[in-house]
Amino acid sequence: MGKKMSLILDGFVKNNPTFVLVLGMCPTLATTTSAMNGLSMGLATLFVLVLSNMAISAIAPMVPDKVHIPVYIVVIATFVTVLQLLMQAFVPSVYATLGLFIPLIVVNCIVLGRAEAFANKNTVGASALDGIGVGLGFTVSLTVIGLVREILGSGSLFGWKIFPGDGVLAFVMAPGAFLVLGYLMALFNKYLKK
Amino acid sequence: MAAKSTLRNMVLCLTAVCLLCGAVLGLVYAATYDAIEAASLKALQASIGEVLPEGGEISEAMSCGDEGQTYEYYVSSREGETLAYAVKSTVSGFGGPLTLMVGVLPDGTVYNTSVLSHSETPGLGAKCATDAAFVEQWKNFPASKVLKVKKDGGDVDAITASTITSRAYTLAVANAVAVVKYLEGGSDGVDAASGASY
Repeated sequence: MGKKMSLILDGFVKNNPTFVLVLGMCPTLATTTSAMNGLSMGLATLFVLVLSNMAISAIAPMVPDKVHIPVYIVVIATFVTVLQLLMQAFVPSVYATLGLFIPLIVVNCIVLGRAEAFANKNTVGASALDGIGVGLGFTVSLTVIGLVREILGSGSLFGWKIFPGDGVLAFVMAPGAFLVLGYLMALFNKYLKK
Repeated sequence: MAAKSTLRNMVLCLTAVCLLCGAVLGLVYAATYDAIEAASLKALQASIGEVLPEGGEISEAMSCGDEGQTYEYYVSSREGETLAYAVKSTVSGFGGPLTLMVGVLPDGTVYNTSVLSHSETPGLGAKCATDAAFVEQWKNFPASKVLKVKKDGGDVDAITASTITSRAYTLAVANAVAVVKYLEGGSDGVDAASGASY
């Protein structure tokens, strides 16, 4: 039990994809204009990460070394496309907001990174837990960045207006994304990562 | 750990993985096809309902236009009399295509507009779908007013700091109105619309 928990916690703190590994910066910066967008993007990545980690750890022993990257990419792309179809069918409004960034999960370094660094040398169960941990770490990081940018940039919280006016526009745009990410990364490393 | 790489097992492995993934994708595609169609149809119908006066019977999709620029439109009618048109109008906005559903009465009055899809800047141009002052002005926008932003000498209030999006939005509405005028047999054809200043 303790080992399982530590596998999940590692993804949150020691291997936090956003604040420690600094992977997947493209969706991190682009989709966190609001807390809701950050949360949806994080969950979408979590879905792909868990399934691809499991599938890859199951097939890894049978895959010849020289073609392992193409095989992993095909597996990841399949799960991303499945996710894309499911989102179009059942949550079209979320799909419309995230649009382009869903197919881009295929080239998200977190997914391939975990496949290479963890899934291909561990059991299916451990890989699933690693996927959950790292995926949740990514989801929480993106939601927090989205929260800060939404409060400062639009004066609202999950779409609810909390103070009148428009807020500081820069926080909704790219410069604010870099600023918020930088400060959160500094805080995270000072207080949480020992 | 990983199997040894020989030509034979590399080809076999890639083929097997691709076949399997293809099969999974095919299954999921078939399983979600109806739901996706239904969802996009629902979104389209919701936007048509929003921009047309209530009570009319809405026709099937029709299209008009020529040479690259075609417009999809729906006619709302009651007992043979045309009440209004809903025209789907696409222009390029600031960040990509901007697609609107525009409800237009036969006399050229804009009844209401609704954004179908856009890729404008969040916090700036994206307000074209949410900013109350901007959205409200399109309700019953009379045919006598000029469909240009105030900066260009027209009667449309632009969104602050989003002139390009506001111009694009206005052009999309102007194009839709031109389509209706053309359908109603007026002098301004669709060709006049594509020459509208932007």
